[in-house]
Amino acid sequence: METFVNRIDQVGVQERVARLFSRSIKKESKINALHTVLSMIDLTTLEGKDSPGKVKQLCYKAVHLHDQFPSLPSVAAICVYPTMVPIAKKALENTNINVASVATAFPSGMASLEYKLNEVKMVVADGADEVDMVISRGKFLRGEYTYVADEISAVKEACGKAHLKVILETGELVTLDNVRLASDIAMKAGADFIKTSTGKVSPAATPPVVLVMLEAIRDYYKKTGKKIGMKPAGGISKAKLAIQYLVMIKETLGQDWLHADLFRFGASSLANDVLMQIVKQSTSVYQSANYFSMD
Amino acid sequence: MNKREDIKKTYKLYIGGKFPRTESGRYIKWIDQKQSTQVNICRGSRKDFRNAVVAAREALCGWSSRTAYNRSQILYRIGEMLEGRRSQFLDELILQGSSKKEAEKEINHSIDRLIYYAGWADKYQQIFSRVNPVALPYFNFSYLDPTGVVSAIAPNDSSLIGLVSIIAPIISGGNTVVVLASEENPLCAITFAEVLHTSDVPGGVVNILTGHRSELIGQFSSHMDVNAIVYCGNETEEIKLVQENAALNVKRPIVYSDENWLDKNTQDPYRILNTLETKTTWHPVGV
Repeated sequence: METFVNRIDQVGVQERVARLFSRSIKKESKINALHTVLSMIDLTTLEGKDSPGKVKQLCYKAVHLHDQFPSLPSVAAICVYPTMVPIAKKALENTNINVASVATAFPSGMASLEYKLNEVKMVVADGADEVDMVISRGKFLRGEYTYVADEISAVKEACGKAHLKVILETGELVTLDNVRLASDIAMKAGADFIKTSTGKVSPAATPPVVLVMLEAIRDYYKKTGKKIGMKPAGGISKAKLAIQYLVMIKETLGQDWLHADLFRFGASSLANDVLMQIVKQSTSVYQSANYFSMD
Repeated sequence: MNKREDIKKTYKLYIGGKFPRTESGRYIKWIDQKQSTQVNICRGSRKDFRNAVVAAREALCGWSSRTAYNRSQILYRIGEMLEGRRSQFLDELILQGSSKKEAEKEINHSIDRLIYYAGWADKYQQIFSRVNPVALPYFNFSYLDPTGVVSAIAPNDSSLIGLVSIIAPIISGGNTVVVLASEENPLCAITFAEVLHTSDVPGGVVNILTGHRSELIGQFSSHMDVNAIVYCGNETEEIKLVQENAALNVKRPIVYSDENWLDKNTQDPYRILNTLETKTTWHPVGV
């Protein structure tokens, strides 16, 4: 296997993030950005206590974000646990909203390859359009990079037509060097998207990590011409932060990535905050969560 | 010998238990009547207000679920702390134009008022809750719940006693508050925030802003996440604006006009009731 040599300048990354995040997006650009953010959200519910009712409600919310504003885009996808895929699929019939399922023993990934592949095949058979897999962080940290790469390739094959998002769980990878290495491995092994986190480990998506992953995607695109998507997930609950990420994508990868085909936010409460900002922009009155559907 | 340079206090806002400068970076020059002292006061913006409401909302659950006894103790503690910093308030009140005698009177009344509402904090519930007679086999009772996040426009003419008289009944009822200090005399308000900060009042329960009333009153009254607004003043146009904006989310508007805050008549438990909601429960009893 070819070796990847990439040393990340941590201070440089932090400075770059600080500079990008100091941009101020106002007025019309802000409204456009808020709409773009909405269209990029993977509305997520990944809890042990999830019920069919909760998933149906979330699907309903995905279709009817805020009925007082009919021109709003819908979210990109609903992200659920494998057993909820049939329910979400049925609830989202006749819409263009995708169903994404986490798989491969999410969130830990502590299972045999055979188990993982069966799970992936099951969710794809149930109709999942996108599969969010986790990498084996334990193996990765022990240096078994080939195992990690082969596993991703095998899962990609099991996905068939479904899109594959590879969760690196950067909160467990310790260093930015590792984040970059894991990104490179995932892309080379066939990931359609690389994703920061499961949302179950803290820290989840942090701006420096996202920047390193975006730069990995940029370098991969320059080398191969293949556009890989990016999905930060976990801890993005405010519209302001989401817009700052948009700035980061635009500056790192360019306009092409400012689309739900290549960029997603994994979030549960972000949608409501964005909606509140959109209503604020049109009414000039600060909003209350009480007047928006629960998520 | 070199003359020592005095270290002057920077008057900042009080939001979520911290003392930030205004996010807008704007200041108001405040000069005392004798032209001897000049102070820069933060000119709070609507975003400062927005941040304060977020802090107040976050603090609400914890504060309203404290025991009444504990809220009472904390209010008493504010009184203790104010007593201990008497001389600082004396200086500031005199700087703001009070005579020494007037200033002492105002401080005494402020401390007493805190103790007064500390006393009521664990008593209003049992006095004003009731069992209602109903002609059905139900046990029917009403009790009082905090209204929620309250915004308040403090009286312009009195700086310390006015502020205390507004804040104390609101928080003794378990609400959290964002208050705009007197525009003319804002010094005491920020020093009072330091008192709150050392009195076991959790961050976010009381948030104090300084700035122009005319600029902020619209935001104070229209914010959808504010459940009640207390307005102190006599301006008909302002009262109209507050009441109209309050209708947006049916927040409770409370207006205090022509009050002499040093008068004992301005303290009563009904002022606590102004920011409480009555909850009535029907409970079936024996067949």
